[in-house]
Amino acid sequence: MSGSEVFSHILFALSVGSMALGLMLVLAGAIGVIRLPDFYTRMHAAGVTDTLGAELIILGLILQAHDWQTIAKLALVGLLLFLTSPTATHAVANAAHRAGQMPDLTKFKPKHPRDLNEGEGTK
Amino acid sequence: MDMVNFLVALGLAGAMAIMLARLFAGPTLYDRVLAANSFGTKTVLFLLVFSAIAGRQDAIDIALLYALINFVATIAILKFFRYRSLEIALAQMSLRRAVEGEFEE
Amino acid sequence: MGYIAGLTAVLVVLWLVLSGSYTLSGDHTVLMVMAVLSIAAAVFLTVRMRILDRETVPLAPALSLVVYWSWLGREIVAANLAVLRLIMKPDIEVEPRLIRVPVDLRSGLARCVFANSITLTPGTVTVDIEEDGFLVHALDTSFTAPEGFSDMAAHTDAATDGQRENS
Repeated sequence: MSGSEVFSHILFALSVGSMALGLMLVLAGAIGVIRLPDFYTRMHAAGVTDTLGAELIILGLILQAHDWQTIAKLALVGLLLFLTSPTATHAVANAAHRAGQMPDLTKFKPKHPRDLNEGEGTK
Repeated sequence: MDMVNFLVALGLAGAMAIMLARLFAGPTLYDRVLAANSFGTKTVLFLLVFSAIAGRQDAIDIALLYALINFVATIAILKFFRYRSLEIALAQMSLRRAVEGEFEE
Repeated sequence: MGYIAGLTAVLVVLWLVLSGSYTLSGDHTVLMVMAVLSIAAAVFLTVRMRILDRETVPLAPALSLVVYWSWLGREIVAANLAVLRLIMKPDIEVEPRLIRVPVDLRSGLARCVFANSITLTPGTVTVDIEEDGFLVHALDTSFTAPEGFSDMAAHTDAATDGQRENS
Protein backbone atom coordinates (compact mmCIF):
# COMPACT_ATOMS: atom_id res chain seq x y z
CA MET A 1 0.00 0.00 0.00
CA SER A 2 1.54 3.27 -1.10
CA GLY A 3 1.77 6.43 0.94
CA SER A 4 -0.95 8.35 -0.84
CA GLU A 5 -3.32 5.41 -0.45
CA VAL A 6 -2.74 5.36 3.31
CA PHE A 7 -3.34 9.10 3.36
CA SER A 8 -6.65 8.78 1.52
CA HIS A 9 -7.76 6.04 3.93
CA ILE A 10 -6.94 8.25 6.91
CA LEU A 11 -8.89 11.12 5.33
CA PHE A 12 -11.85 8.79 4.76
CA ALA A 13 -11.83 7.64 8.39
CA LEU A 14 -11.59 11.20 9.68
CA SER A 15 -14.42 12.31 7.41
CA VAL A 16 -16.71 9.47 8.48
CA GLY A 17 -15.97 10.10 12.16
CA SER A 18 -16.58 13.82 11.89
CA MET A 19 -19.84 13.39 9.98
CA ALA A 20 -21.11 10.71 12.36
CA LEU A 21 -20.38 12.94 15.35
CA GLY A 22 -22.06 15.91 13.68
CA LEU A 23 -25.12 13.86 12.73
CA MET A 24 -25.37 12.63 16.32
CA LEU A 25 -25.31 16.20 17.61
CA VAL A 26 -27.94 17.34 15.08
CA LEU A 27 -30.25 14.47 16.00
CA ALA A 28 -29.70 15.10 19.72
CA GLY A 29 -30.60 18.75 19.23
CA ALA A 30 -33.76 17.81 17.35
CA ILE A 31 -34.77 15.38 20.09
CA GLY A 32 -34.09 18.09 22.66
CA VAL A 33 -36.33 20.51 20.79
CA ILE A 34 -39.13 17.97 21.08
CA ARG A 35 -38.48 16.93 24.69
CA LEU A 36 -37.73 20.15 26.55
CA PRO A 37 -40.74 21.82 28.13
CA ASP A 38 -40.27 25.56 27.61
CA PHE A 39 -39.44 27.92 24.76
CA TYR A 40 -36.27 29.26 26.35
CA THR A 41 -34.91 25.80 27.08
CA ARG A 42 -35.77 24.57 23.59
CA MET A 43 -33.71 27.44 22.25
CA HIS A 44 -30.60 25.94 23.86
CA ALA A 45 -31.24 22.58 22.22
CA ALA A 46 -31.59 24.22 18.80
CA GLY A 47 -28.35 26.09 19.45
CA VAL A 48 -26.44 22.84 19.92
CA THR A 49 -27.18 21.72 16.38
CA ASP A 50 -26.45 25.08 14.85
CA THR A 51 -22.96 25.42 16.24
CA LEU A 52 -21.02 22.21 16.53
CA GLY A 53 -23.17 19.76 14.55
CA ALA A 54 -23.31 21.84 11.39
CA GLU A 55 -19.60 22.66 11.54
CA LEU A 56 -18.67 19.00 12.04
CA ILE A 57 -20.76 17.84 9.06
CA ILE A 58 -19.22 20.58 6.91
CA LEU A 59 -15.76 19.54 8.11
CA GLY A 60 -16.51 15.98 7.08
CA LEU A 61 -17.59 17.13 3.61
CA ILE A 62 -14.44 19.27 3.31
CA LEU A 63 -12.30 16.22 4.09
CA GLN A 64 -13.83 14.25 1.22
CA ALA A 65 -13.78 17.10 -1.33
CA HIS A 66 -11.41 16.77 -4.26
CA ASP A 67 -10.88 20.24 -5.74
CA TRP A 68 -10.04 23.41 -3.85
CA GLN A 69 -13.07 25.37 -5.10
CA THR A 70 -15.45 22.98 -3.35
CA ILE A 71 -13.36 23.28 -0.19
CA ALA A 72 -13.48 27.09 -0.35
CA LYS A 73 -17.23 27.18 -0.91
CA LEU A 74 -17.89 24.73 1.92
CA ALA A 75 -15.67 26.77 4.24
CA LEU A 76 -17.62 29.88 3.23
CA VAL A 77 -20.93 28.22 4.10
CA GLY A 78 -19.45 27.10 7.43
CA LEU A 79 -18.23 30.60 8.24
CA LEU A 80 -21.64 32.05 7.34
CA LEU A 81 -23.47 29.60 9.60
CA PHE A 82 -20.95 30.23 12.39
CA LEU A 83 -21.58 33.99 12.20
CA THR A 84 -25.35 34.07 11.63
CA SER A 85 -26.68 31.31 13.88
CA PRO A 86 -25.93 32.97 17.26
CA THR A 87 -27.36 36.23 15.93
CA ALA A 88 -30.57 34.50 14.84
CA THR A 89 -30.86 32.70 18.19
CA HIS A 90 -30.37 35.96 20.05
CA ALA A 91 -32.93 37.68 17.82
CA VAL A 92 -35.58 35.05 18.60
CA ALA A 93 -34.79 35.14 22.33
CA ASN A 94 -34.81 38.92 22.45
CA ALA A 95 -38.08 39.14 20.53
CA ALA A 96 -39.72 36.67 22.92
CA HIS A 97 -38.36 38.57 25.94
CA ARG A 98 -39.48 41.96 24.64
CA ALA A 99 -42.92 40.54 23.84
CA GLY A 100 -43.28 39.75 27.54
CA GLN A 101 -42.85 36.00 27.40
CA MET A 102 -41.57 34.88 30.77
CA PRO A 103 -39.20 31.92 31.05
CA ASP A 104 -40.57 29.01 33.02
CA LEU A 105 -38.19 28.89 35.95
CA THR A 106 -40.41 27.14 38.47
CA LYS A 107 -41.54 24.02 36.71
CA PHE A 108 -38.73 21.61 37.30
CA LYS A 109 -37.05 22.03 40.68
CA PRO A 110 -38.44 24.89 42.77
CA LYS A 111 -35.78 24.59 45.45
CA HIS A 112 -34.74 28.16 46.11
CA PRO A 113 -37.61 30.65 45.99
CA ARG A 114 -35.19 33.57 46.15
CA ASP A 115 -33.64 32.53 42.83
CA LEU A 116 -36.97 32.83 41.08
CA ASN A 117 -37.07 36.60 41.42
CA GLU A 118 -33.47 37.11 40.36
CA GLY A 119 -34.39 37.90 36.78
CA GLU A 120 -36.61 40.89 37.41
CA GLY A 121 -35.71 41.78 40.98
CA THR A 122 -32.61 43.95 40.82
CA LYS A 123 -33.62 46.72 38.50
CA MET B 1 -18.34 7.03 0.63
CA ASP B 2 -21.70 7.44 -1.06
CA MET B 3 -23.24 5.08 1.46
CA VAL B 4 -22.01 7.22 4.38
CA ASN B 5 -23.32 10.38 2.74
CA PHE B 6 -26.65 8.71 2.08
CA LEU B 7 -27.00 7.71 5.74
CA VAL B 8 -26.11 11.25 6.86
CA ALA B 9 -28.71 12.67 4.46
CA LEU B 10 -31.28 10.26 5.87
CA GLY B 11 -30.48 11.32 9.42
CA LEU B 12 -30.73 14.99 8.47
CA ALA B 13 -34.12 14.31 6.88
CA GLY B 14 -35.23 12.71 10.16
CA ALA B 15 -34.09 15.75 12.13
CA MET B 16 -35.96 17.98 9.67
CA ALA B 17 -39.11 15.92 10.21
CA ILE B 18 -38.80 16.40 13.98
CA MET B 19 -38.36 20.14 13.44
CA LEU B 20 -41.51 20.18 11.31
CA ALA B 21 -43.37 18.49 14.15
CA ARG B 22 -42.25 21.26 16.51
CA LEU B 23 -43.18 23.82 13.86
CA PHE B 24 -46.76 22.55 13.79
CA ALA B 25 -47.06 21.80 17.50
CA GLY B 26 -45.23 24.83 18.94
CA PRO B 27 -47.49 26.64 21.38
CA THR B 28 -46.04 30.11 20.82
CA LEU B 29 -44.98 32.04 17.75
CA TYR B 30 -41.36 32.02 18.89
CA ASP B 31 -41.26 28.23 19.01
CA ARG B 32 -42.34 28.22 15.40
CA VAL B 33 -39.78 30.82 14.34
CA LEU B 34 -37.05 28.90 16.15
CA ALA B 35 -38.11 25.65 14.51
CA ALA B 36 -38.24 27.31 11.08
CA ASN B 37 -34.75 28.74 11.55
CA SER B 38 -33.35 25.40 12.70
CA PHE B 39 -35.13 23.68 9.81
CA GLY B 40 -33.40 26.09 7.44
CA THR B 41 -29.99 25.26 8.90
CA LYS B 42 -30.66 21.57 8.41
CA THR B 43 -31.81 22.25 4.85
CA VAL B 44 -28.46 23.90 4.17
CA LEU B 45 -26.63 20.86 5.52
CA PHE B 46 -28.88 18.55 3.51
CA LEU B 47 -28.12 20.48 0.33
CA LEU B 48 -24.38 20.23 1.03
CA VAL B 49 -24.57 16.48 1.53
CA PHE B 50 -26.74 16.19 -1.58
CA SER B 51 -24.12 18.02 -3.62
CA ALA B 52 -21.52 15.50 -2.43
CA ILE B 53 -23.74 12.54 -3.31
CA ALA B 54 -24.85 13.78 -6.72
CA GLY B 55 -21.50 15.34 -7.57
CA ARG B 56 -23.18 18.63 -8.42
CA GLN B 57 -21.19 21.76 -7.62
CA ASP B 58 -24.11 24.15 -8.04
CA ALA B 59 -25.95 22.71 -5.04
CA ILE B 60 -23.31 24.34 -2.81
CA ASP B 61 -24.16 27.74 -4.29
CA ILE B 62 -27.82 27.07 -3.62
CA ALA B 63 -26.96 26.13 -0.04
CA LEU B 64 -25.01 29.39 0.40
CA LEU B 65 -27.96 31.41 -0.87
CA TYR B 66 -30.36 29.44 1.29
CA ALA B 67 -28.29 30.17 4.41
CA LEU B 68 -28.37 33.90 3.64
CA ILE B 69 -32.10 33.95 2.89
CA ASN B 70 -32.84 31.87 5.98
CA PHE B 71 -31.10 34.36 8.27
CA VAL B 72 -32.69 37.41 6.67
CA ALA B 73 -36.13 35.77 6.68
CA THR B 74 -35.89 34.96 10.41
CA ILE B 75 -35.00 38.55 11.26
CA ALA B 76 -37.73 39.90 8.97
CA ILE B 77 -40.42 37.65 10.46
CA LEU B 78 -39.45 38.67 14.00
CA LYS B 79 -39.39 42.32 13.04
CA PHE B 80 -42.78 42.05 11.36
CA PHE B 81 -44.43 40.43 14.37
CA ARG B 82 -42.87 42.98 16.70
CA TYR B 83 -44.29 45.99 14.86
CA ARG B 84 -47.02 44.29 12.76
CA SER B 85 -45.51 46.17 9.84
CA LEU B 86 -42.17 46.55 8.17
CA GLU B 87 -42.61 50.26 7.55
CA ILE B 88 -42.34 51.31 11.20
CA ALA B 89 -39.12 49.39 11.63
CA LEU B 90 -37.62 50.96 8.53
CA ALA B 91 -38.76 54.44 9.60
CA GLN B 92 -37.18 53.92 13.03
CA MET B 93 -33.96 52.86 11.39
CA SER B 94 -33.78 55.91 9.16
CA LEU B 95 -34.65 58.16 12.12
CA ARG B 96 -31.86 56.68 14.19
CA ARG B 97 -29.46 57.08 11.28
CA ALA B 98 -30.44 60.74 10.97
CA VAL B 99 -29.91 61.39 14.69
CA GLU B 100 -26.52 59.67 14.67
CA GLY B 101 -25.55 61.66 11.61
CA GLU B 102 -26.28 64.88 13.46
CA PHE B 103 -24.00 63.83 16.29
CA GLU B 104 -21.18 63.03 13.92
CA GLU B 105 -21.10 66.32 12.07
CA MET C 1 -9.15 54.74 1.99
CA GLY C 2 -7.67 51.59 3.47
CA TYR C 3 -11.17 50.31 4.15
CA ILE C 4 -12.15 50.77 0.49
CA ALA C 5 -9.07 48.84 -0.67
CA GLY C 6 -9.71 46.08 1.86
CA LEU C 7 -13.38 45.75 0.90
CA THR C 8 -12.50 45.65 -2.81
CA ALA C 9 -9.88 42.95 -2.22
CA VAL C 10 -12.31 40.82 -0.22
CA LEU C 11 -15.01 41.18 -2.89
CA VAL C 12 -12.57 40.28 -5.71
CA VAL C 13 -11.43 37.16 -3.87
CA LEU C 14 -15.06 36.23 -3.14
CA TRP C 15 -16.03 36.59 -6.80
CA LEU C 16 -13.06 34.53 -8.01
CA VAL C 17 -13.77 31.75 -5.51
CA LEU C 18 -17.49 31.57 -6.26
CA SER C 19 -17.26 31.83 -10.05
CA GLY C 20 -14.08 29.83 -10.57
CA SER C 21 -13.06 31.53 -13.84
CA TYR C 22 -9.88 33.58 -14.14
CA THR C 23 -9.25 33.95 -17.87
CA LEU C 24 -10.46 36.61 -20.27
CA SER C 25 -10.93 34.27 -23.24
CA GLY C 26 -14.24 33.26 -24.75
CA ASP C 27 -17.32 33.50 -22.59
CA HIS C 28 -15.30 34.57 -19.59
CA THR C 29 -15.04 38.11 -20.89
CA VAL C 30 -18.71 38.77 -20.11
CA LEU C 31 -18.23 37.29 -16.66
CA MET C 32 -15.23 39.52 -15.94
CA VAL C 33 -17.07 42.65 -17.08
CA MET C 34 -19.94 41.69 -14.80
CA ALA C 35 -17.45 41.18 -11.95
CA VAL C 36 -15.94 44.64 -12.37
CA LEU C 37 -19.37 46.26 -12.63
CA SER C 38 -20.86 44.54 -9.59
CA ILE C 39 -17.81 45.04 -7.37
CA ALA C 40 -17.69 48.73 -8.31
CA ALA C 41 -21.41 49.07 -7.61
CA ALA C 42 -21.10 47.33 -4.23
CA VAL C 43 -18.17 49.50 -3.12
CA PHE C 44 -19.88 52.67 -4.37
CA LEU C 45 -23.12 51.87 -2.51
CA THR C 46 -21.22 51.05 0.68
CA VAL C 47 -19.37 54.36 0.55
CA ARG C 48 -22.59 56.21 -0.25
CA MET C 49 -24.44 54.60 2.67
CA ARG C 50 -21.57 55.69 4.95
CA ILE C 51 -21.35 52.33 6.70
CA LEU C 52 -17.69 51.80 5.86
CA ASP C 53 -15.78 51.72 9.14
CA ARG C 54 -13.84 49.45 11.44
CA GLU C 55 -16.84 47.27 12.20
CA THR C 56 -18.05 46.53 8.68
CA VAL C 57 -14.55 45.79 7.36
CA PRO C 58 -12.91 44.12 10.37
CA LEU C 59 -9.55 43.46 8.73
CA ALA C 60 -7.36 44.84 11.51
CA PRO C 61 -8.75 42.67 14.35
CA ALA C 62 -9.19 39.61 12.09
CA LEU C 63 -5.97 37.88 13.14
CA SER C 64 -6.54 38.20 16.87
CA LEU C 65 -10.15 37.10 16.35
CA VAL C 66 -8.92 33.87 14.72
CA VAL C 67 -6.73 33.24 17.77
CA TYR C 68 -9.78 33.91 19.92
CA TRP C 69 -11.90 31.46 17.92
CA SER C 70 -9.48 28.62 18.64
CA TRP C 71 -9.96 29.27 22.36
CA LEU C 72 -13.72 29.60 21.88
CA GLY C 73 -13.83 26.29 19.99
CA ARG C 74 -12.63 24.37 23.04
CA GLU C 75 -15.26 26.09 25.21
CA ILE C 76 -18.00 25.25 22.69
CA VAL C 77 -17.04 21.57 22.58
CA ALA C 78 -17.03 21.30 26.39
CA ALA C 79 -20.38 23.08 26.73
CA ASN C 80 -21.87 20.97 23.93
CA LEU C 81 -21.06 17.79 25.80
CA ALA C 82 -22.65 19.18 28.97
CA VAL C 83 -25.85 20.16 27.15
CA LEU C 84 -25.93 16.80 25.35
CA ARG C 85 -25.76 14.99 28.68
CA LEU C 86 -28.68 17.06 29.99
CA ILE C 87 -30.83 16.46 26.93
CA MET C 88 -30.27 12.72 26.57
CA LYS C 89 -31.08 11.86 30.20
CA PRO C 90 -34.12 9.57 30.51
CA ASP C 91 -36.01 12.15 32.54
CA ILE C 92 -35.20 15.78 32.06
CA GLU C 93 -33.97 17.59 35.17
CA VAL C 94 -32.98 21.13 34.30
CA GLU C 95 -33.01 24.28 36.39
CA PRO C 96 -33.24 27.21 33.98
CA ARG C 97 -31.99 30.50 35.35
CA LEU C 98 -32.12 34.09 34.18
CA ILE C 99 -29.02 35.93 35.36
CA ARG C 100 -27.37 39.28 34.87
CA VAL C 101 -23.78 39.30 33.66
CA PRO C 102 -21.95 42.55 34.39
CA VAL C 103 -20.05 43.84 31.37
CA ASP C 104 -17.40 46.58 31.49
CA LEU C 105 -15.85 46.09 28.07
CA ARG C 106 -14.52 49.21 26.42
CA SER C 107 -15.49 48.96 22.75
CA GLY C 108 -18.71 48.15 20.96
CA LEU C 109 -16.95 45.44 18.98
CA ALA C 110 -15.84 43.73 22.19
CA ARG C 111 -19.40 43.84 23.56
CA CYS C 112 -20.73 42.39 20.31
CA VAL C 113 -18.16 39.59 20.28
CA PHE C 114 -18.83 38.84 23.95
CA ALA C 115 -22.62 38.64 23.48
CA ASN C 116 -22.21 36.42 20.42
CA SER C 117 -19.77 34.18 22.28
CA ILE C 118 -22.22 33.72 25.15
CA THR C 119 -24.93 32.75 22.66
CA LEU C 120 -22.59 30.53 20.67
CA THR C 121 -21.65 28.53 23.76
CA PRO C 122 -24.49 26.04 24.25
CA GLY C 123 -26.37 26.32 27.51
CA THR C 124 -26.30 30.11 27.70
CA VAL C 125 -28.11 32.60 25.48
CA THR C 126 -27.96 36.38 25.64
CA VAL C 127 -31.59 37.45 25.96
CA ASP C 128 -31.27 41.20 26.34
CA ILE C 129 -28.56 43.84 26.25
CA GLU C 130 -28.53 46.63 28.79
CA GLU C 131 -26.23 49.52 29.54
CA ASP C 132 -24.07 47.82 32.15
CA GLY C 133 -24.68 44.15 31.53
CA PHE C 134 -26.35 41.35 29.64
CA LEU C 135 -29.43 39.37 30.60
CA VAL C 136 -28.46 35.74 30.08
CA HIS C 137 -30.71 32.70 30.10
CA ALA C 138 -28.91 29.56 31.26
CA LEU C 139 -30.23 26.07 30.73
CA ASP C 140 -28.99 24.77 34.07
CA THR C 141 -27.42 26.13 37.22
CA SER C 142 -24.09 24.55 36.25
CA PHE C 143 -23.74 27.12 33.45
CA THR C 144 -24.13 30.20 35.65
CA ALA C 145 -20.68 30.30 37.27
CA PRO C 146 -19.47 33.93 37.21
CA GLU C 147 -15.85 32.78 36.77
CA GLY C 148 -16.67 31.39 33.34
CA PHE C 149 -18.17 34.68 32.19
CA SER C 150 -15.33 36.82 33.53
CA ASP C 151 -12.82 34.45 31.91
CA MET C 152 -14.59 34.79 28.57
CA ALA C 153 -14.76 38.58 28.98
CA ALA C 154 -11.00 38.73 29.58
CA HIS C 155 -10.33 36.68 26.44
CA THR C 156 -12.70 38.88 24.43
CA ASP C 157 -11.01 42.02 25.65
CA ALA C 158 -7.60 40.66 24.71
CA ALA C 159 -8.83 39.59 21.27
CA THR C 160 -10.40 42.92 20.32
CA ASP C 161 -7.46 44.95 21.68
CA GLY C 162 -9.81 47.30 23.53
CA GLN C 163 -10.00 49.99 20.87
CA ARG C 164 -12.75 52.57 20.85
CA GLU C 165 -15.66 51.79 18.56
CA ASN C 166 -15.41 54.97 16.48
CA SER C 167 -11.67 55.24 16.05
